[in-house]
Amino acid sequence: MAEGTAVEAIDIVKQFGQGDHVVRALDHVSVAIKTGEFFTLLGPSGCGKTTLLRLIAGFEAPSAGQIVLEGADVTALAPNQRPVNTVFQSYALFPHLSVAQNVSFGLEMLGRPRAEITATTERMLALVRMETLANRKTSQLSGGQQQRVALARALAPQPKVLLLDEPLSALDLQLRKEMQGELKRLQRETGITFIFVTHDQEEALTMSDRIAVMRAGHILQVGSPREIYTEPTNRFVASFIGETNFLKGTMVDDTQVALPGGEVLAVAVGAQAAGTQAAGMHAGQSVDLAIRPEQIRILPANSPDTIAGIVSGSVYFGTDTHCNITLNGTEGAQIVVRLQSPVSGSAGLDVGASVGVAFNPGALRVIGA
Amino acid sequence: MSPQPLPLSAVEQAITRDTVRRNWLFSTPALVLLSLAATGPLLIVLVYSFLTPGKYGNVEWAFSLDGWVGILFTRDIFDGTLGLADAHLKIFWRSVRLSLLTTMITFGVGFPTAWFIATRPPKARALWLFLITIPFWTNLLIRTFAINEVIRNEGIVNSALIWAGVISRPIQIVYTDTAVLIGMAYVYLPLMVLPLFAAIDRFDMRLVEAGYDLYASRWQVLRRVILPIVKPGIIAGSILVFVPSLGAYVTPRVLGGGKNMMIGNFIELQFGQGRNWPLGAALSILLLVIVMVALLFYVRAANREVGK
Repeated sequence: MAEGTAVEAIDIVKQFGQGDHVVRALDHVSVAIKTGEFFTLLGPSGCGKTTLLRLIAGFEAPSAGQIVLEGADVTALAPNQRPVNTVFQSYALFPHLSVAQNVSFGLEMLGRPRAEITATTERMLALVRMETLANRKTSQLSGGQQQRVALARALAPQPKVLLLDEPLSALDLQLRKEMQGELKRLQRETGITFIFVTHDQEEALTMSDRIAVMRAGHILQVGSPREIYTEPTNRFVASFIGETNFLKGTMVDDTQVALPGGEVLAVAVGAQAAGTQAAGMHAGQSVDLAIRPEQIRILPANSPDTIAGIVSGSVYFGTDTHCNITLNGTEGAQIVVRLQSPVSGSAGLDVGASVGVAFNPGALRVIGA
Repeated sequence: MSPQPLPLSAVEQAITRDTVRRNWLFSTPALVLLSLAATGPLLIVLVYSFLTPGKYGNVEWAFSLDGWVGILFTRDIFDGTLGLADAHLKIFWRSVRLSLLTTMITFGVGFPTAWFIATRPPKARALWLFLITIPFWTNLLIRTFAINEVIRNEGIVNSALIWAGVISRPIQIVYTDTAVLIGMAYVYLPLMVLPLFAAIDRFDMRLVEAGYDLYASRWQVLRRVILPIVKPGIIAGSILVFVPSLGAYVTPRVLGGGKNMMIGNFIELQFGQGRNWPLGAALSILLLVIVMVALLFYVRAANREVGK
């Protein structure tokens, strides 16, 4: 599909309650989702991600702002007039209908010819590999099978956009991994724009083309998984997605910061960092710095270009070992370093050992004052 | 030598036999009471329906099918030939028609009511349910007379309409089929609302959203999603209203006057002024059979619902 905009939310405000008890679930949110992409709304519970999804589906009306679907303002349209389908968190399959009847429901409501309904239903059941269970009752299905039926039902009317509201949260880990792959496959094969809501950062990173990280009714950052992970623009994004070490520092100039102990380090100057400069960073200003645990190397004590530290603990995680190190000259700041576990023996770091810590160039980021 | 251990299944069978014997023993008083108080009178009624009416009521112990024949036919008083009893048919038809209409009216009023209650917050819901059950606390006769007070010619409705100048003379409601219908719909409404409420309360409201999401209109969501799923509640409510409506006695008596009889009144008439106990007994059995058939229909429909 051509690069277009599938859904655009323009300056959306959504308030619940009235009088003194108004809760603002979405606070001037704007986002544009491209045609054919797998877009994820990621955030902790109560961040407004599900509300935004329900606004796009039409189950809720925004207090202010517009929802634009493929160039047409649909803000005033009811859910049954929007070419958008939802996969519900609870699946919400119709218990009185068979698997095939569930899948064909949307097509029947659209008044499609009988032959087309039958053909599409069969095609959708094959797509989710449920053709052998077409005549089952939905209550006779396992969680994973119900999930597949819910997907087939939502995809059958060929919506412009498929909305998925934490569809994998009810499944156990094994099944969830399987369905993650399945969802990606379905999205590739159908070419439909997917908007996926989740609070699971790993799920978001592995599946999405782009992610919008939300908190408290705001979208904090939109970007590819790589951008979100390597170039977080603020402390929340840095800490919510993956593990991050935070350090305090002082700006020396546009490319360097000084730690409280006096060490001067180069900081990344990417597009995002340039943004922080535009936001008024100046020499002498104290800032927060972030660095991922796997971007730190541990070297022998007193190696050149290292910060001295003392190992304060280590935790073995199988594939890797997390080492806690108290840095000298940082007012006792502790950082976590992730080391790949060696084939045999321990990483060779005893608690209390003196080491030198080096940050990979470009990995240390200024994420705000 | 210690006794040979029995196979486990034999032990289990012995325990089961013991349990069954004990259960029979414990339920004997209840069974005796039930057979005496429920089955006994029914048997008497059944036997009476095959006897000859006594001159001053009661029965004479002589076998006769007249009670059953009398349900549909009357014997000509001059030549003794049988003719179709139009009056009886009229009463049966009125009973069935009014009961069906009552069921429909209570459903029409009860469904939105039950929906309203089921969608309230839990606290308000308890209050609404309490209000629905309040009429149960009052004697049926008193409630029926209260309805009479509302709809009679000098009653509240007519007085208000005359006072407002809408009508110049009172509308005759009381002592018509309409009055019986109003009375029965009022009396049996809670019996429709409660099972409907129970069904709607269990209904997953997210299915409504799923319906809208899949392009169903409001009407289609109601017809294709909500009604099929709450169907067991609809059937239960309909049976609960239809069965007592069919055998109603007090309401048609008070609001229908002497003319607008239903089966209940007709049966009473046979045991009273009619002095035709076998006919009354046969009618009673007939009513029972109709009710049983209706219940059977309900059970089958409910089973089918569960079996799906």
